[in-house]
Amino acid sequence: MITMVQRNLWHELDRLARASLPAISIIMVIVFLGVPGLFPAVAVLRDTLTVMSVYFWTLYRPSSLPAPITVVLGLFLGLLTNTPIGVWPVLLLLIQAGVLASRRVLVRQGFILIWGALIVCMLLTSVFEYCAFCVLDFTVLPISPIVLQVGLGSLLYPLLVPLLIAAHRGPAAPELA
Amino acid sequence: MLRLSVPVRLVLSRLTLPVMLALSLGMIVAGQADRNIGIVLRGAVDEALAPLYSAVSRPMGLLVSDRNALGAWIGMHSEVLRLQAENAQLKRWRSVALALAVQNQSLKSELHFVPTPTPAFFTARVIADVGGLYARSVLVTVPRDSHGVADAIAMDGGGVVGRVVQAGVRSARILLITDLNSRIPVSIGRHGEHALMAGTNGPAPRLLFWPPGQPPAEGAVVLTSAEGGIFPDGLPIGVVHYLGRNDPAVLPFAPMDRLRVLRLFEYQRGLDSFSAKTSETFVQKTRP
Repeated sequence: MITMVQRNLWHELDRLARASLPAISIIMVIVFLGVPGLFPAVAVLRDTLTVMSVYFWTLYRPSSLPAPITVVLGLFLGLLTNTPIGVWPVLLLLIQAGVLASRRVLVRQGFILIWGALIVCMLLTSVFEYCAFCVLDFTVLPISPIVLQVGLGSLLYPLLVPLLIAAHRGPAAPELA
Repeated sequence: MLRLSVPVRLVLSRLTLPVMLALSLGMIVAGQADRNIGIVLRGAVDEALAPLYSAVSRPMGLLVSDRNALGAWIGMHSEVLRLQAENAQLKRWRSVALALAVQNQSLKSELHFVPTPTPAFFTARVIADVGGLYARSVLVTVPRDSHGVADAIAMDGGGVVGRVVQAGVRSARILLITDLNSRIPVSIGRHGEHALMAGTNGPAPRLLFWPPGQPPAEGAVVLTSAEGGIFPDGLPIGVVHYLGRNDPAVLPFAPMDRLRVLRLFEYQRGLDSFSAKTSETFVQKTRP
């Protein structure tokens, strides 16, 4: 009896750990990119990787990244990176809404189309981000960081996607618990 | 455990995203209405992450320093480091010499020199680069017995790096001079023409509002100015460099992209204690 309860407990813990892997991995990326001297252009890289991860997990495993968790991730990113509070939760939720609306069509497509959709997603997010910061700061901000963000995101996705797919099929799959 | 029916669960799942979106929009409005919310939350996040960053950045520092296995394997590395250190020292001396030349010039023109107070300072290690797309700031450790380091001036061996905008018990956030929101009154060259140095998020902050008809000269040294009361006079920042026609910028002396150890000078506290001491002496002297 005790063994059975223990087994169920381990099973539940395993399932929970797998389900929370996307959110935890995003938090770890946000935190560890802050270590000085680790990577160049961390400010752009941090935002880009967060957007890409939210896009990927919403597309392939939406149950692992529910909206309240996305809000927490956005809030954390915004607080750490000194951006106006609330902007990143809205941006990430808009990505989620867009991906969820087109998920049924997108998920059946090949890599190139999904990559294209990500570029469109990065572009729209960056435009929203730029407009939000301009309005909240009452100023016209330089456009070059946004261009860098879209460019970097577009180029990095093919490099990052094998890692994300491996996680999706293995450690982040609650059904394998 | 509460079991909900399938239609209720469906409605709840459909409502979650719009409700969260409305909540997030509410956060933006609340954050703009009361800036303290952001400051308090940001301070809490910084304080919570400071021990973690402190623990992680130490091995990273060891990895890039010369006294480790990685450095010993590569023989040339130590020579490069020695030359870099020597170069950094020479650059420091150069900035000191330039600052002293300016100070000397101004002293010659003044007969009554009032000594500036010696500020209290401590050394702080950069533990995290917490800049965003439109923000440039770093997180540093602060000693536990330091109080009120807000507005302290952060300097690298080369020159001014930024100032403390938020301080907690374990950590402090420094707004770098390259940040878009950074505005620092400066004096330029031997004659100390006043101007405003504005961060652009790029490596070279722009110079604005220089005196009409007296554009900053290429290569002129840029020092802090006491206008506004945050910075003291005469701290070296960088040199003037024209990025384009009529577009002067400042090339900072400090290596802004690889800050490791900073000194935080508490000029405000130094000035307060200095003025208190001066007025006390004045009262004692003038007492009948």
